[in-house]
Amino acid sequence: MTRKQKRLAVIGGGVGFIMVAVLLVMFAFSQSVAYFYMPGDLSAANVSPGTRIRLGGLVEAGSVVRGAGSTVSFKVTDGNASVPVRYTGILPDLFREGQGVVTEGVFDTGHDFRADTVLAKHDENYMPKEVADRLKEKGVWNEGEGAKR
Amino acid sequence: MIIEIGHYALVLALATALILSIAPVIGARRGDAALMALAPLGSVLQFALVAFAFAVLTWAYAVSDFSLRNVWENSHSLMPMVYKLSGVWGNHEGSMLLWLLILTLFSAMVAVFGRNLPDTLKATVLSVQAWISLAFLLFILLTSNPFLRLDPAPAEGQDLNPVLQDPGLAVHPPLLYLGYVGFSVCFSFAVAALIEGRIDAAWARWVRPWTLAAWTFLTAGIAMGSYWAYYELGWGGWWFWDPVENASFMPWLAGTALLHSALVMEKREALKIWTVLLAIMTFSLSLLGTFLVRSGVLTSVHAFATDPSRGIFILAILSLFIGGAFTLFAWRAPQLKSGGLFAPISREGSLVLNNLILTVSAATVLTGTLYPLVLETLTGEKISVGAPFFNLTFGLLMIPLLLAVPFGPLLAWKRGDLLGALQRLYLVAGLSLLAGLGLFYAEHGGPVLAALGLALGFYLILGALADLWYRANFGKLAVSIAFRRLKGLPRSAFGTALAHMGLGITVLGIVAVTTFQTETVVEMKQGQTAEAGGYTLIFDGMREAVGPNFTEERAHFTISRGGVTVADVWSSKRLYTARRMPTTEAGILSFGLSQLYVSLGDPMDDGGIVVRIWWKPWILCIWGGALVMMLGGFVSLSDRRLRVGAPSRRTKAVKAQMEPAE
Repeated sequence: MTRKQKRLAVIGGGVGFIMVAVLLVMFAFSQSVAYFYMPGDLSAANVSPGTRIRLGGLVEAGSVVRGAGSTVSFKVTDGNASVPVRYTGILPDLFREGQGVVTEGVFDTGHDFRADTVLAKHDENYMPKEVADRLKEKGVWNEGEGAKR
Repeated sequence: MIIEIGHYALVLALATALILSIAPVIGARRGDAALMALAPLGSVLQFALVAFAFAVLTWAYAVSDFSLRNVWENSHSLMPMVYKLSGVWGNHEGSMLLWLLILTLFSAMVAVFGRNLPDTLKATVLSVQAWISLAFLLFILLTSNPFLRLDPAPAEGQDLNPVLQDPGLAVHPPLLYLGYVGFSVCFSFAVAALIEGRIDAAWARWVRPWTLAAWTFLTAGIAMGSYWAYYELGWGGWWFWDPVENASFMPWLAGTALLHSALVMEKREALKIWTVLLAIMTFSLSLLGTFLVRSGVLTSVHAFATDPSRGIFILAILSLFIGGAFTLFAWRAPQLKSGGLFAPISREGSLVLNNLILTVSAATVLTGTLYPLVLETLTGEKISVGAPFFNLTFGLLMIPLLLAVPFGPLLAWKRGDLLGALQRLYLVAGLSLLAGLGLFYAEHGGPVLAALGLALGFYLILGALADLWYRANFGKLAVSIAFRRLKGLPRSAFGTALAHMGLGITVLGIVAVTTFQTETVVEMKQGQTAEAGGYTLIFDGMREAVGPNFTEERAHFTISRGGVTVADVWSSKRLYTARRMPTTEAGILSFGLSQLYVSLGDPMDDGGIVVRIWWKPWILCIWGGALVMMLGGFVSLSDRRLRVGAPSRRTKAVKAQMEPAE
């Protein structure tokens, strides 16, 4: 190979690799990105069963029911609407009624949300950012409330 | 009073940084030795002042001086002393002070150990370091001052966030920062080289020990953080692709690339411009990490208090340094002449491949981390990019790199023999495949990919050993002579082999855990049993206990195998009284490299409790591999040729090749 050909081969290989990476990233985005919804958005959003989403809001007071084994059901609300959620596993330490949560999972064919992940993070005043933003918009919750000790 | 002196020391450090950031660099341009001589002196003074301020803050924590707002917010008189001290960096203000302390420490080290650096280069490097410390001193004094007082002083503090009260966290931030901030030295050297318009192999030789040191500490810091998350958060995961984790992982990827490209530059004078760019990019990613974590754009354990003015300040620092450095690069880089041609199949070629893959994968992680932020800013839509994205993209991109790793050291510089290297790795690949398959059948189950994954891990380990084997020429020479040759190999050869082996060990751990781990969630009552990984756990009951600043419910489990009791473990749920915050303390038992991980859930009405039991085969390999990589880093650092300060510009031999100043 001449020097020019060599250089072309190297550059071509490099560009090819980057193209593959870009395609891979685009494919992965189309496959694995979960959109965030609040219960009130769902009627408008028309999420089909089986699509992975994040559902956030407050745990409705009095809605937590512990079923057999480690299955728990509760409702997530944003003040306007609420969605029943089922989750099998151990809830985070900071999961409480009235506390903000983000759950991730899919709707089954009924209208139950099956969560495989429940996040309520590591601070007693923590309100998931997405939830806090949206609740503030709706005037259901404001900053000072969560910061009380 | 002492507090105010500490505060004042920081202000003095600011003044020092101001002089340091201007005088030496002007001195270097004018050839004024007196101005340049200010650089080492000022750097050491600056370090002493910051260290004093840090010591004052530490003292305030040690004696629980709650008149200091920062101490009141993050400490409690009943906390054990270790956590009082680690509480210094368990909060925003203190951790920024630690960042600054380490930055000035590195400046002082360059000043002290860089005796044989050319005066102009040294003065410029130290000035650039001072620009960074100036920015962060301003940041601390204006937006995150740890020395603010409260009047009247409260009687009791608010306690440190309980998940941070842990020995792992006491060492994680300092190690991580040693890595993050260590790359500032590479950045300063790169910027200085651009300002001077001159760069050569000697430059790479000066930069490499710093890169190696920073990389080693960053490896340790990330591994420590991962282990902490594993045992403290009680979810049993060791890596979550959390944006904060990514923030530390991206500089690691770029730093690994830098480590390898500096090698090419040192040995072959090639890839100069690329190395300079990479040095700038690595530290830019460190700064970006600091921004992501400190500005409050992300919510996580690491993002302590959020205050928009801080975010904007850090964003300004970020754009100033990254933008400035890239502008300087665009302006000056064309004047740097590149040298050293090589064939695509050669040691250089393999290192270029390494750099290509590492930077592309770092870019992928960056995209996944920033995309949700960008999308939300532009469209208001909120999305999450989670582990599946990163596993797919990053995981696939890593495979060709891992396959190529053992080839690199076997290829010759300039023009390598791929066929020869292939022949040498034949046996290695075959053995690895056998080992992978063997283990796969021993553990039975899991996807077929697992066998290949395990084989990949063995291939890396054996490939690293094969490199040493062929270098010492075992098999061709008599064993005793080969041993002597092995002993005579430079330490850096062992460093390389160890680091590559460590990578293999980590791969083994990751593959084994992701494919063979079992998870059981059961409700248990006293006396009931559960099975995991061939062990039987008997739940013996609960007991209440009281710690210094918490109360806990502890569950006791007896573990037996084949009817014989082998161990017992406590797992508990704690309630930290000052913050009314519950935490889970998982019970973890090691059996060889594998672990049994028991974590408690909620108590049931009928007296039972939900228990989550994981069997984590070979999980210790993940961090063990990182330790071996670290060891490789230290062994390489101890190489005489690389010792900090040892290299000198070979004026006579190299002079002819040096580029003119302008």
